[in-house]
Amino acid sequence: MLTLLILAPLAALVLANLPFGRALRTWAHPLTLVLAIAQVGLVVFVPTDSWNGPCPLEKFFTFGLAMDQIGRVMLLSIGIVVFSAMMVAGSTMAPGGPRSRFASVMLIAMVGMNGTVLLRDLFSLYVFLEITAVSSFVLIAFNKDRDALEGAFKYIILSAVATTLMVGSVALFLLVAGETSFDAVSRALLNANTSVVAKVAMGAFVCGLFIKGGLVPFHGWLPGAYSSAPAPVSVFLAGIATKVSGVYALVRLMTSVFGPGSVSLNHVLLLVGAASIVVGALAALWQDNLKRLLAYSSISQVGYIILGLGCGSPLGVLGAVFHLFNHSVFKSLLFVNSAAVEQRVGTTDMNRMGALGGRMPITSVTSLIAVLSTAGIPPLAGFWSKLVIIVALWQSHDYAYAFIAVLMSVVTLGYLLLMQRKIFFNETSEDMMGVREASFGIVVPALVLAAITIGVGVLFPWILNTFLLPIGGIL
Amino acid sequence: MLDAILLVALVLASVLTVMTARVLRAAIALAVTSAVLAVVMFRLGSPFAGVFELSVCAGLIPAILISVIGLTRRLGPEGLAARRIERLKRYWYLPVLLIIAAVILSQVNLRVDHMVQPITPEADPRTVLWNLRHLDLLGQIVVLLGGAFAVVVLLKELRNER
Repeated sequence: MLTLLILAPLAALVLANLPFGRALRTWAHPLTLVLAIAQVGLVVFVPTDSWNGPCPLEKFFTFGLAMDQIGRVMLLSIGIVVFSAMMVAGSTMAPGGPRSRFASVMLIAMVGMNGTVLLRDLFSLYVFLEITAVSSFVLIAFNKDRDALEGAFKYIILSAVATTLMVGSVALFLLVAGETSFDAVSRALLNANTSVVAKVAMGAFVCGLFIKGGLVPFHGWLPGAYSSAPAPVSVFLAGIATKVSGVYALVRLMTSVFGPGSVSLNHVLLLVGAASIVVGALAALWQDNLKRLLAYSSISQVGYIILGLGCGSPLGVLGAVFHLFNHSVFKSLLFVNSAAVEQRVGTTDMNRMGALGGRMPITSVTSLIAVLSTAGIPPLAGFWSKLVIIVALWQSHDYAYAFIAVLMSVVTLGYLLLMQRKIFFNETSEDMMGVREASFGIVVPALVLAAITIGVGVLFPWILNTFLLPIGGIL
Repeated sequence: MLDAILLVALVLASVLTVMTARVLRAAIALAVTSAVLAVVMFRLGSPFAGVFELSVCAGLIPAILISVIGLTRRLGPEGLAARRIERLKRYWYLPVLLIIAAVILSQVNLRVDHMVQPITPEADPRTVLWNLRHLDLLGQIVVLLGGAFAVVVLLKELRNER
């Protein structure tokens, strides 16, 4: 059944682009929506063990895929964010050619992301990360204006550097282990923990993933890419693309290949995580452009995930994965709201907005929910994931990093409330007089994402026992 | 001696690829770089890798690049001269860095504590590619599809407008 998660989007892509006239191409957008919803439904209702059972397709395709609880959380995030991005695209992109081409590229991205989550081989990981990178590049440059092309160009150059580092390290792992599967490399690293070649390979691969994930000091491409991309692409990039490409791959490697007990790597992760939190939060304070502010906020929040991973404990891994999911949801919600504001106001410059709260009540309320969750205010989802990370840091005696995490949460609340005030409160101007609530296609994903943010927070005890504790084998 | 000549040729061709201001020359220099790399691979005992490098990177990719160059506008002589000066000012340090890195690496006693395993019949590239790495093959096909969509999305409408 796992093979379907890769072949279904591919089949939809081929079907929607068969050369039998334009009518079929209009199916690309609804097909992608249906696939995203189906993926969410399957992940929620089908238990993990059932996914790994035999499948008739395996007579023809042996892909060596596997699913565990971390994979399940990631597939759920992918389905939710792709659904949100496609709904926003339905309201912001012209019907016909542009929307169907966007949907086709999103299907390619789905193949890449689903494959990245399910595979258990380093070289295959590189191949599927490339699929996500190529599709992300196309999506960033979609509007073909100067800013979009510049953002896409920066992304593809840095992505190429990351790819070079990863391919080089795969070659070195092949020297060390003789194979590239996660199990073989993990076993070989246990026996070769003093090997210079092994250390260089680990360092190079991790550096490549830092670039892909937009972590400090490799974050230069991210604000430009997020802010210059079309609205649905920003939802996609911030919500899931960089999370799968950089952050999830790092989580998978630390848990399945390098081992969470790798002390020197843990120190690096803690340092990079803390730097990302601080740099992202402080940079966000000075932004006037809404999307750039959210991009820097994204860098900061990803730093929390890396901090959790750097603890080296099962609780830290649990917190990292939980915050990864929560970040996908509340960041997507923030970018959906950004799309709503951009659709009605025509700009993302916050200095030209004001008093939209009364005119866009749904956008205003859902934005507030996302802001409070991002800042870690109870009882919303973001509070619990940050709490788990801070407790994990405390238990592993990383008190300084725990202090930074708490302090920067206050800064996060500060810049996000400033943003909320600038856009939805403040004094109105004549330009805002005709503004009304965003269209149905943007309001629906906003409400869905807000409901998930509240639901995960309120139902945290059930979520913890059912989905999260099995992640680190903590039960 | 031949290996040293090949490596110098490889470095010179790759530097020319990056530093030249003319896109067509860069594509041709890329083809030369890949051809020299293919020869290096043959000499290192990897004929299959060499064949792929020659056919894909030295043949197919430059052919695609040259066809796409037809969609670009050529710079006039003044634009070209300005671009040449600007590139030299921006990237002059790269060849210098390369030479310094080469000198440092030649002095450092690098100890590689893992040896390349000889290829066994089970690890024959043809067997590995067609029988064991289905997922990678599928992935590469999807990457090509992504590239095709990149051309359609980014260039098709531009051509129609012209």
